[in-house]
Amino acid sequence: MSVKTGIDQKRYQAFLKGRQPVRPWFKNSVRAFFTGGAICLVGQGIQEVIVHYYHISEKMAGNPTVAILVMLSALFTGLGVYDKFGQWAGAGSAVPVTGFANSIASAALEHKTEGYVMGVGSNMFKVAGPVIVFGVVAAFAVGLIRYLLTHV
Amino acid sequence: MTGIWLFVAAFVVGGLICVAGQLLMDLTKLTPAHVMTILVVAGAILDGLGWYDPLIKFAGAGATVPITSFGNALVHGALAETGQYGVLGLITGIFEVTSAGISAAIIFGFLAAVLFRARG
Repeated sequence: MSVKTGIDQKRYQAFLKGRQPVRPWFKNSVRAFFTGGAICLVGQGIQEVIVHYYHISEKMAGNPTVAILVMLSALFTGLGVYDKFGQWAGAGSAVPVTGFANSIASAALEHKTEGYVMGVGSNMFKVAGPVIVFGVVAAFAVGLIRYLLTHV
Repeated sequence: MTGIWLFVAAFVVGGLICVAGQLLMDLTKLTPAHVMTILVVAGAILDGLGWYDPLIKFAGAGATVPITSFGNALVHGALAETGQYGVLGLITGIFEVTSAGISAAIIFGFLAAVLFRARG
């Protein structure tokens, strides 16, 4: 019996080989490069407009730029466009801050039927939560090390 | 970087950070959530080493738009208030700079849920 299942295992592995989808990492990377780059390009454009309109430095314009990109992302998520785009763009749509906003907006939309408090409110950060948690913990650790190095 | 070159740098650097994320997703068994988490922590560490600010100076939105800048901004906020409150400033300041991204995402995410219905 055990011999037979051993053979079955081998045959199964052989069967799987060639049938499992090979991830087209090169094609995906090219797509991610151009879509992610394009989103950053749009961001740079928005930033330049803010710099000229409010007469502030590039550095100061970074935050309002992020806010506008997030707003656009939430809008396109609501219209159902961003998720379709994301299927094609992969990390190119997920890594920019628009992907962060998309994960929040789409979780909110998806759980709307469960009500605003238990649905929207409690599921909004289902995907974005880990990013914030680990970001804050890492930033605290890094900040503490930097602080100790300069003050002790 | 100024003028047209800042746009080129933004495109290329932003694109390359996304490629890093894509390769992590495709060549490892990590989930997208794990990859995003890694990128944020990487941003925080790079800022701790003092390498992220030069990248922002070079690539503008190419460095501030990807999620890595979230980690960078968290560290910046935390360190900014240590001048006023000492080590407690790490806690009080951590969300100082990232307020734009998180607040906007909550507000517009909520509005999207109010205005639209889920598709598919």
